[in-house]
Amino acid sequence: MYNASLLRVALIYVASRAVAEDVVQETWIGVLNGIDRFEGRSSLKTWIFRILTNIAKTRGQREGRTVPFSALERPDAVPEAAVDADRFLPADHGRWPGHWASKPERWPEERLLAAETRAVVEQAIERLPPAQRTVISLRDVEGWSSDETRNALGVSETNQRVLLHRARSKVRQALEDYFSEAQ
Amino acid sequence: MSASVEQLSCQELVELVTSYFEGALPADERASFEHHIEGCTGCHEYVRQMRTTIELTGRLTTADLSPAAEAKLLTVFRNWKSPR
Repeated sequence: MYNASLLRVALIYVASRAVAEDVVQETWIGVLNGIDRFEGRSSLKTWIFRILTNIAKTRGQREGRTVPFSALERPDAVPEAAVDADRFLPADHGRWPGHWASKPERWPEERLLAAETRAVVEQAIERLPPAQRTVISLRDVEGWSSDETRNALGVSETNQRVLLHRARSKVRQALEDYFSEAQ
Repeated sequence: MSASVEQLSCQELVELVTSYFEGALPADERASFEHHIEGCTGCHEYVRQMRTTIELTGRLTTADLSPAAEAKLLTVFRNWKSPR
């Protein structure tokens, strides 16, 4: 039932899809074996994802992957702007510091639902770093709440929001690039 | 409302959009955000684009397990015996 989400979260911690699929399978075995010990203190969904992240972390460590943890725990360590600084007037501008130098243009309504536009969104999400990709997938593709998402990933509310913000900002930018080049 | 909040620039506003959508802005920043987008066509359009982005992302469907992995999982379920 949660296989797509489980797979996505596993891919934050392990490098390949094959290993991630193993992790999902081990998770279900863990769930089946441990269900008697499930005490209902968290939701079943949260509990299943805790099992998954424990297994995935162990596998990831064995593979020598440690980078993604910092992406989840300290997303602010590397600052990222939602919009390139050169779209704005400089901070020392006499009248309008930090205001748009080149404003966002209205997007063509009739093309929003086109298959090509959908592909642009899909590719933009594919290109995101794993932690950002996972958060936007859980929140905006699968419609999870922010609480469900941060519990499943074991991140703070703030960090979840930072990751979501960066992910959405990049997808918006990809759409803007697409609509402005194809006109 | 403090002067610094009142003078929210466009460059600052674009960093607050997700917090705004999530209802995570303090009341004064929220008021300042709304005041800004009412008067600024660029930011008004930007916020609109972010909403559209969320809507379009919501239309995607998720990639599931490969058929082979799913078959393997079903076998695990079928063969599983309760330890009790």
